[in-house]
Amino acid sequence: MTELRYLAPGTLDEAVGAFAKAGSAARILAGGTDLLVQMRSGLLKPGVIVDIKKIPEMTAIEQTADGGFRIGAAVSGMALAEHKNFGRVWPGVLEAVNLIGSKQVQGRASAGGNLCNGSPAGDSVPAMVAAGAIVTVQGPDGRREMKVEDVPAGPGRTNLKPGEILVSFTLPPRPPGSSDAYLRMIPRTEMDIAVVGVGVSLTVKDGTVTAARVGLGAVAPTVLLVEDAAKALIGSKLDDAALAKAAAACSAACRPIDDKRGTIAYRTRVAGVLLKRTVAIAAQRATQKN
Amino acid sequence: MAKVHVTTTINGEPMEFLCEPDDTMLDALRGPLALTGSKEGCASGDCGACSITLDDRLICSCLMLAVEAQDHEIKTIEGMAQGDKLHPLQQKFLEMAALQCGICTSGMLVASDALLRKNPEPSEEEVRFWLAGNLCRCTGYDKIVRAVMETAAEMRAQ
Repeated sequence: MTELRYLAPGTLDEAVGAFAKAGSAARILAGGTDLLVQMRSGLLKPGVIVDIKKIPEMTAIEQTADGGFRIGAAVSGMALAEHKNFGRVWPGVLEAVNLIGSKQVQGRASAGGNLCNGSPAGDSVPAMVAAGAIVTVQGPDGRREMKVEDVPAGPGRTNLKPGEILVSFTLPPRPPGSSDAYLRMIPRTEMDIAVVGVGVSLTVKDGTVTAARVGLGAVAPTVLLVEDAAKALIGSKLDDAALAKAAAACSAACRPIDDKRGTIAYRTRVAGVLLKRTVAIAAQRATQKN
Repeated sequence: MAKVHVTTTINGEPMEFLCEPDDTMLDALRGPLALTGSKEGCASGDCGACSITLDDRLICSCLMLAVEAQDHEIKTIEGMAQGDKLHPLQQKFLEMAALQCGICTSGMLVASDALLRKNPEPSEEEVRFWLAGNLCRCTGYDKIVRAVMETAAEMRAQ
């Protein structure tokens, strides 16, 4: 039986040092809602657990001077929901984070964990991609920033280098007339894994879309940024032709698997349908705020 | 494995216990702490029978390491009644037969209490969504939801 050591460093430097030193035997503990299940099932036997929640930066939600947000990688979904401003500025990111598991899971699970697990179906990831979030990571070679869509490498894998830890998400400031939305398709009403997930962020000025980003989940080995869908929306007044083009771009981007939750044909079709529905919600939010 | 010494607060009382580094909070509660009201249903965060609060936030104790309790505040079902006086939710669950076998009940009560502290006037839909992480294989949920709604109404009237 391997000896498990639990470490709860108070600084990022200590955490990075301990994590890098322990190598592949180490696991980061944020909310633990996946890690503990993997340990209990025998899938994973870590030698070292580095709990990052004692590091203030990891659990902080800050509104930056320019009006953006910085969310620590270990901030729980419930903590994000309780923040007085975040859900008003980024309702789509919040609804995506708050779709992960039950209220009990929400009390612990973090967007950082959701991203680092590398699941193609992680609910917060398409919304973060649509939001244009930048992640800060820190490792033995120092700090760097990555686009959130560049983090997943495939199911269960990320492009973080050995010893690197995800520190935070930075969401950009919002111009007037901006909002976002996230929708997922699941076979039941609650507590399930996405068959398709769509995040949309829009800026609308005088009825015309001036900026758009679309994130698409559960239809490829990684969550996708669908630039062709965004291009179809930008410059449009969200007329049927533009929506049909954006929906077709989402369907075209799909490279899904067949499984018990949905077939390839179904996921591909639903990606387009959900895009239209998600755009409608984001647009309504973007225009009602002004 | 070397045992870890943990100092924490449980139901308002300072507590210390020894645990293995990979013990869950549920293991510690049901083992060294002898607080067996929290139940193990699935051990994977799906059923909610082990619901507790950590710093007043509802969580599954099976998804938390016991060592994480250090310097935090835990509340369990055992802290719900005040001596012999049941919490209004407990009383109402009894009156309205909102339980049968009882395995899910402590988790249902802890979760419902967390809801009513946050939202004293939940809609039926809000109650159902809030309790989606608490599985009950006996009641069909209807009596539980009605008991929570009725307790909320009575607590607001007081």
